[in-house]
Amino acid sequence: MRVLGIETSCDETGVAVVDDRAGLLAHALYSQVRLHAEFGGVVPELASRDHVRKLLPLVDQVLAEAGTTPAELDGVAYTGGPGLIGALLVGACAGRSLAWAWGVPAIGVHHMEAHLLAPMLESPAPAFPFIALLVSGGHSMLVEVQGLGQYRVLGETLDDAAGEAFDKTAKVLGLGYPGGPALAQLATAGGPGRLSLPRPMLRRPGLDFSFSGLKTAVIIGIRDLELDEKTRADVAWEFQEAMVDVLVGKSLRAVEQTGIRRLVVAGGVGANRRLRERLTGDAAALGVEVFYPRLEFCTDNGAMIAYAGMLRLKAGEAASSSIEARARWDLETLRPPGASV
Amino acid sequence: MTRIFLPDAAATAALGARLAPGLAAACQAGPVVVHLEGPLGAGKTTLVRGLLRGLGHEGRVRSPTFTLLEPYELPDCEVMHLDLYRLADPAELDYLGLEDLLRPGGLVLVEWAERGGDRLPGADLKLALDYQDAGRCARCTAGSGRLEPLVAALAQAGEPASSRRIETK
Repeated sequence: MRVLGIETSCDETGVAVVDDRAGLLAHALYSQVRLHAEFGGVVPELASRDHVRKLLPLVDQVLAEAGTTPAELDGVAYTGGPGLIGALLVGACAGRSLAWAWGVPAIGVHHMEAHLLAPMLESPAPAFPFIALLVSGGHSMLVEVQGLGQYRVLGETLDDAAGEAFDKTAKVLGLGYPGGPALAQLATAGGPGRLSLPRPMLRRPGLDFSFSGLKTAVIIGIRDLELDEKTRADVAWEFQEAMVDVLVGKSLRAVEQTGIRRLVVAGGVGANRRLRERLTGDAAALGVEVFYPRLEFCTDNGAMIAYAGMLRLKAGEAASSSIEARARWDLETLRPPGASV
Repeated sequence: MTRIFLPDAAATAALGARLAPGLAAACQAGPVVVHLEGPLGAGKTTLVRGLLRGLGHEGRVRSPTFTLLEPYELPDCEVMHLDLYRLADPAELDYLGLEDLLRPGGLVLVEWAERGGDRLPGADLKLALDYQDAGRCARCTAGSGRLEPLVAALAQAGEPASSRRIETK
């Protein structure tokens, strides 16, 4: 089975083609590709979230790169939610209509389900069940994944996402926005002792996160400091340690509570070196296997939508002929294909 | 303009809760737009969280920085919580379907409203938060006549003792 996947839930316009035998054939984000003929060789600077003008040229390009014609496709998957409703509708309209025109089934995929299944695109893929720590600019959650459509949210952020706290703290330290990776880089030159930061929610039972107070603690903590290069590096170091302590602590608590000894770390923050170092060390000591999908599949992309859609289409699921998208869609309401809701 | 000292996050949330009944009533006649301004960590989302609690929302209130927009369907009104922090250009507002939000029963709460420029509808109520001593201060200004009584009422007695120290100009 060969499926076209379309992601337009927020900032990125992403398109991919996956095949159940050959794997991933092609994938691209508009923000990262050079488009050719469609715009006469010049790629216009289109606004973020202008999915309408970005999507079809990207579909053409990805089909070409995949060496696939529409006649060889067996289905079209698009992000059905959750997300920005206007952005979702662009992908849903295009995906549903293309499938209609090509005479193949379509399916609206849950954006977070796609994130959770993205590690299965890798080799070795984690076997079910696993615990997923999903930490990015938009999400911070721990999810127990038992199988396709079987998800239990163990904990999530009560306020800011982990990546958002990184980015905003970076901004406060004069590193621009979004500056999470720059902050991590600066932290490598830093060390302990400059200021004392909280580990939000770490001492409390449960697996929820809260990062808004950590950002504010930095803002208040640096008020009376002379922010020379060394001090900024030390502050970055303290912030990153606090963040990593919480993420590692809660992840291992999830492992302990569920007895599931496979941990998948996804989302842009999953690329953080210090987080990986600490997780790999602490988890290995406990005999826990840790999986890190490649970074391009940690952030929003079309490949994960194509993959999750393919799994559901193969099981015989398909969307109706109407165009549907939902801004809010609770992950825990999902069911395995064929199960009654 | 009413100025209120907020000693801690609980006081910021309480101010939001106190605004809830008045805003819910005001938006029945036509959409109400609230601009929230102030630096990072000043308590904008905390205030919105208190307001949403006051309107009867029991679930989480996450930062809309990444999603740009978080909708809430509540018994008395439909709330749109926007955060324009990541907006690179006011023209990007066109892709958020803002005009659909402006209808009776609609309460539009906009953080980092200054980034929306002229494309953002004007404020019926402006809440400017900033750091002050060990806490925060809020300056509440009515942008349209119908919200003036609400702002004036904030300066009256009846507020929790924790958010005392009020002056009206």
